[in-house]
Amino acid sequence: MSVKYDTISTRDAFGIALVEAAREYPNLFAIGADTTKSMGFKPMMKEFPDRVINNGIAEQNMAMIGAGIAAAGGRAVIATYAPFASMRISEQVRTFICYPDLDVKIISGLSGLSGNIEGVTHQGLEDIGVMRSMANMVIVVPADAASCTIASREVLKYTGPAYLRIGRGAVEQVFDSSYKFVLGKANLLDAAGTDVAVICNGCAVARVLRAKALWENAGIHARIIEMPTVKPIDAEAILAAAHDCGRIVTVEEHNVIGGLGSAVCEVVCSGDAPCLVTRVGIDDMYTESGPHDQLLDKYNLSPEHIAAVVKSAV
Amino acid sequence: MNESIRELKLMANTIRRDIVDIAYKAQGPSHPGPALSCTDIVTALYFNIMKVDPANPQWPERDRLILSKGHACPVIYSALAEKGYFPKEWLETVRRVGSHLQGHPDMKKTPGVDMTSGSLGNGLAAALGMAVYLKHEGKSSQVYCILGDGEIQEGLVWEAVLAAPALGCDNLTAIVDCNHLQSCGAVPDIQDVPGMARAWEDLGWNVLRCNGHNMEEIVSTLEAARDFRGRPTVIMADTVKGKGVSYMEFNNDWHQKVPTKEQYELAVQELEEARICL
Repeated sequence: MSVKYDTISTRDAFGIALVEAAREYPNLFAIGADTTKSMGFKPMMKEFPDRVINNGIAEQNMAMIGAGIAAAGGRAVIATYAPFASMRISEQVRTFICYPDLDVKIISGLSGLSGNIEGVTHQGLEDIGVMRSMANMVIVVPADAASCTIASREVLKYTGPAYLRIGRGAVEQVFDSSYKFVLGKANLLDAAGTDVAVICNGCAVARVLRAKALWENAGIHARIIEMPTVKPIDAEAILAAAHDCGRIVTVEEHNVIGGLGSAVCEVVCSGDAPCLVTRVGIDDMYTESGPHDQLLDKYNLSPEHIAAVVKSAV
Repeated sequence: MNESIRELKLMANTIRRDIVDIAYKAQGPSHPGPALSCTDIVTALYFNIMKVDPANPQWPERDRLILSKGHACPVIYSALAEKGYFPKEWLETVRRVGSHLQGHPDMKKTPGVDMTSGSLGNGLAAALGMAVYLKHEGKSSQVYCILGDGEIQEGLVWEAVLAAPALGCDNLTAIVDCNHLQSCGAVPDIQDVPGMARAWEDLGWNVLRCNGHNMEEIVSTLEAARDFRGRPTVIMADTVKGKGVSYMEFNNDWHQKVPTKEQYELAVQELEEARICL
């Protein structure tokens, strides 16, 4: 199966939605911590320079300026790289954005292994786990550029705290402009299979779709579910998968602790058809520098590894 | 004495009485010492300087106050109750389950609280965000932020100090309640911030000073800050922790503590005597 890449990065794909939102909401501000060039702000900067702030390399200040703008009646978008967007500003997000339920969107770049050649310092391996434990937070993880623009539009329309997890460069293309995104809803990419359900999001979606041929060669028919909203998670889709398939494999570009896999387990355990769940992701370890695709291959997200897990799950 | 200044002094006395009441009646210990040190400043703000409407706490045109040293919130709760934002009876519920008045300020639970606060070091940056937004919207609203002198040790304060002049926020006034004490002792003994006022000035702020217990001086300094254009202003207010209750003054035991019945009655008596002299 040939691999086709997006022509633009998920950051630029987000930037398309951002400038549209800036046109729609005259009270929307975008704040970066020396990230206004690297996080998709450029189109908005060109059209609305007075509503884009670069407050220097000071992420906590950025988060609090966003909280202050929202508390005064505006809408705020803040953006930096995943380790800073989730951990450097963790307390500001929890106490001053989520607790007062303020309209601040956190755009998190270089998430998962897309921090690639920068190494672990700039990769977001545990961000979803951190963010998921905060009440009032919404978490969205798009799979590629097309779905990123479409999901970003909905995230920017939503009023309240949200964490949008995007990457760095262009990634494998999965969707096109016909992609449908409903906040809190899963997308069934392959509804027919009932041997096992594969639930995935982000860059893992493309790899799951490539793995599909490998498990189908072994006579396995899997339900494939894209879960772009990790919180609030689509419990209905998960419980239906547990009921219909009796076995679930989750695949994500994140530590296997705290992310999509954990969220799925929480739902499955409390449902009336509990089943075994196998979580594929980064095995609670620190990774390394390297090209994104090579890192995905090495850290459990190769189509071959995913297919092997799916086969062993059935 | 100017009648309005006398009224402000009477109100500050009432608020001190409320703070002592809260210290005695709240669930567990509250923070009377740090509340009493900024009582005169908060009184001047709410009862003279700030443009607010208690009947419409969310009025978009209002001035904003962030109490970054949020543990001093009894002073804000009292001021808001005296101003008419909510019934005075609420003051007896501070820190109790189901209360509108949390251990630290909560903008969603308490009418009149403009920003959730209390995790030290964060308030000035939030005030900066408010100031940026209100200025952009063309509103004449001023944003005030009260910090502790110990709180200045927090790194994020300095991120905001650095950014505010660059963002042109002359509608922002920071007030540092310099009561010279923090939880574990005297500020200079723990982590002095040498040349603090000079540092703000060098970073582009308009720096003013005042005696934080002289009402005439507080009002005139806040007016000067409000009218100053081109740069944000910081007021270094020299204060006494526990001001107004003899045994709490300069005594850091009262950072967070419940008075005994005898201590409570003595504080009430002292404040009543002080009131007669006003």
